[in-house]
Amino acid sequence: MKYYDKLIFELSKPGKTGYSLPAALAGGAAEALPAGLARGTALNLPEVSEIDVVRHYTNLSQMNFGVDTGFYPLGSCTMKYNPKINEEVAAMPGFTGLHPLQPAETVKGAQTVYDEMDKALAAITGMKHFTFLPCAGAHGELTGLMLMREYHMSRGDLARTKVIVPDSAHGTNPASAAVCGLEIVVVKSRENGLVDVESLKPLLGPDIAGIMMTNPNTLGLFERDIKEIAALVHECGGLLYYDGANMNPLLGVVRPGDMGFDIMHLNLHKTFSTPHGGGGPGSGPVGVAERIVPFLQIPRVSGFHGNFGIILRAYAYILMLGRENVKMAGKLATLGANYIKESLKDCYKLPIPTVCKHEFVFDGLINDGAREGVAGATTLDVAKRLLDYGFHAPTIYFPLLFHQAIMIEPTETESLDTLDSFIDVMRKIAEEAAADPQMLHSAPHNTPIGRPDETTAARQPILKYTA
Amino acid sequence: MGSFCYFPQTEEDIRVMLDRIGVSSLDDLYSDVPADFIYKGEYDLPSALSEQQVRDYFEGLASKNSRLKVFVGQGAYDHYTPSVISYITSRSEFLTAYTPYQCEISQGTLRYIFEWQSMICALTGLDVANASMYDGPTAAAEAVRMCVASTKKRNSVVVSAALLPNVIDTIRTYAKYSGINIIVAEDVAAAAREVADLAGILVPSVNRYGLVEDLSGLADLAHGAGALLAEYCDPSALAVLKTPAEWGADIAVGDGQSLGIPLCYGGPYVGFMACTTDCMRKLPGRIVGQTTDASGKRSFVLTLQAREQHIRREKATSNICSNESLMALWCTVYLSLMGPEGLRKVNELSHEGACYLHDALLATGKFTDPFEGKYFLKEFVLEPKCDVAKLQKVLLDAGYFAALQTAEGYVTFCVTEKHSKDELDEIVNIVKSL
Repeated sequence: MKYYDKLIFELSKPGKTGYSLPAALAGGAAEALPAGLARGTALNLPEVSEIDVVRHYTNLSQMNFGVDTGFYPLGSCTMKYNPKINEEVAAMPGFTGLHPLQPAETVKGAQTVYDEMDKALAAITGMKHFTFLPCAGAHGELTGLMLMREYHMSRGDLARTKVIVPDSAHGTNPASAAVCGLEIVVVKSRENGLVDVESLKPLLGPDIAGIMMTNPNTLGLFERDIKEIAALVHECGGLLYYDGANMNPLLGVVRPGDMGFDIMHLNLHKTFSTPHGGGGPGSGPVGVAERIVPFLQIPRVSGFHGNFGIILRAYAYILMLGRENVKMAGKLATLGANYIKESLKDCYKLPIPTVCKHEFVFDGLINDGAREGVAGATTLDVAKRLLDYGFHAPTIYFPLLFHQAIMIEPTETESLDTLDSFIDVMRKIAEEAAADPQMLHSAPHNTPIGRPDETTAARQPILKYTA
Repeated sequence: MGSFCYFPQTEEDIRVMLDRIGVSSLDDLYSDVPADFIYKGEYDLPSALSEQQVRDYFEGLASKNSRLKVFVGQGAYDHYTPSVISYITSRSEFLTAYTPYQCEISQGTLRYIFEWQSMICALTGLDVANASMYDGPTAAAEAVRMCVASTKKRNSVVVSAALLPNVIDTIRTYAKYSGINIIVAEDVAAAAREVADLAGILVPSVNRYGLVEDLSGLADLAHGAGALLAEYCDPSALAVLKTPAEWGADIAVGDGQSLGIPLCYGGPYVGFMACTTDCMRKLPGRIVGQTTDASGKRSFVLTLQAREQHIRREKATSNICSNESLMALWCTVYLSLMGPEGLRKVNELSHEGACYLHDALLATGKFTDPFEGKYFLKEFVLEPKCDVAKLQKVLLDAGYFAALQTAEGYVTFCVTEKHSKDELDEIVNIVKSL
């Protein structure tokens, strides 16, 4: 990667033109904008030509890492390969040219995509039906919790204002619950990383709307007590919400509906191969069990029909997978994670040594090189050093249960050769840490920029360009 | 197991990995899952297709949709998309990148988000913008939440009835569960004066009838009551319209779709959100800031993260995580190409076409203008004196999506720079022949 230090504004030169527009209508009679409604200040957009734009953004792109340039061992993010046929499908003019309010008889093809996706996702998850309005995973969580509340309200069960969230949950779970007006009750995990059923029991009561579970959880462990948990929560009148961020190891193996979940979301930009786009657009369809179906159309959570372009991509992926290949997806993802875990556990602390699903968590280096006057290498140091070797960093310092958490998820689209290269580099970094932790403190050394000064960025924020 | 192009493991590779792990089969990796949860049935999915079959299948579905000439807006505008944009956004370094948490290898994403924030600030006149929201309606719902969060012990927000219906519905949905009191009002000022715990006022700059609203006095009214003024804007129109900052607004939100994003049946689009420095710490979502690295190189990072869900959990300003980053890039490239002049011309051409169509339709005698003398930009409504269903059908038969009916029974039209005089004349002739 090559450092390039321009902003598009700095290429601006008055008189340059990057647009090509038609001439005015012949004989058109436009009305002048009344002065009181007109913009009174200059509009500071760049004035650049087309080639300036193309070179600038091409140069910017070359300071970026992506799935197409390298491996992301990024826990809970499921950065799998993004098939190229998906992009071709989503760009078909018969889809991109549709106005969202067109009459039903003119969008039959689009409607078929929604209908067939609904069926396919129901088959994969064991839920009854899906809504496609949510535009991301957290948006799906919020929608699902709204459905949970609608269900209770419809029964006149108005006291259910609390939701239980395990301490290992993704940050979006409690945040979504708060936006939905629910109070959060945290249930602790045991030493083995699983939800403590005994701690759960006293929390259950007539004020509980439900529980949000991630299964496998953020330690990559299957919550094996889920059957008992489901029975207890249902018995107290609550519902079970499934956070689909970790669905990938269950893809083609286990269906959340069969485990007793009532409501769930999927991240199409994780499990169903659509590109992450540097932070969206995603899609977070929400699926529900039969008894929640009557409420599915109630919450209007986005403008039109959700992110149709993303749904198209995910459906193309499902058709490529088909019923034959879907059965291998989760298993191969789980295979890769366990392979890395077993290959590195002599260099990195493995707090929970049991079989994992799609991801697992190390708790820092076994030998961090700490000695008299020299601090040991941290998880952050390991992550930054990985960048030097051409890998993305794992998810770090999450979950919060371990101080030096390194959360690794390979996905099924990475070959044994790629996993071996990653393992070799992780071992090499462990050796570097033992020999010279100082060198790791200042990593990365080979990237377009070094570690930036984040403190100044937050204390004296510069959030926009000024000439 | 047959081979599949997205799974790069050979049979031998799988064996090597299982051996390292010390298990004998893939199924053994699920020994921690209760046996009755392992799905033993055949998944009710179609049989795997080849890539060519997938392409053919979707081409078939696409051909079942009608390719219409779009003369309706209502929150989704058919502006022209320059070729450069999809060429840039399909570069896989942008397309397949993760959220830029690892800033050293994400300077491309971080720089374009910084540019996007700068451009949204330029359009709205406000101080700070975030990295993006899902769409305009959700951005409006977040603006309402922000009004309540920014004012103490105030829980009511007055929302203009002239906002687009899907914006009002989304606001109502979010407010319902978080317990915010929403008052939808025709006369916003009058309603705001009636409310004791006013947290904010939300009004459109261009309303759902296409009319440009005069927001005089609203900022003083809101601020005098200790509340905030939020404005819902069409960002394309801000090239020519008085800005939220000029009206005295504290928050501006809207949908970036009008900045060259294809209609795509409603998404993906991108919401934007800007505010004054005073409100900055209540802003939801990601924000990119400028700093330097140890060697002094200008660098960009995600900043002010103490507002966000991954740090604050239930105390975060919002639950938003993934947003619409690539669509923000889409708009940033669009605005770079258009510049101040191009964007002004887009508005002039659209307005000229809309005026031409408006006057010609009125001249047919089949409509009256319910808002005669009011200024509209590219979208307008008429009161039909003809059979609307028949009008819509003959237009549709000729390949036009136009004259969508509103809740009041008006018909709406929208004209952009994409539309030719021939098309406008054809619509008028179809109407005349009714």
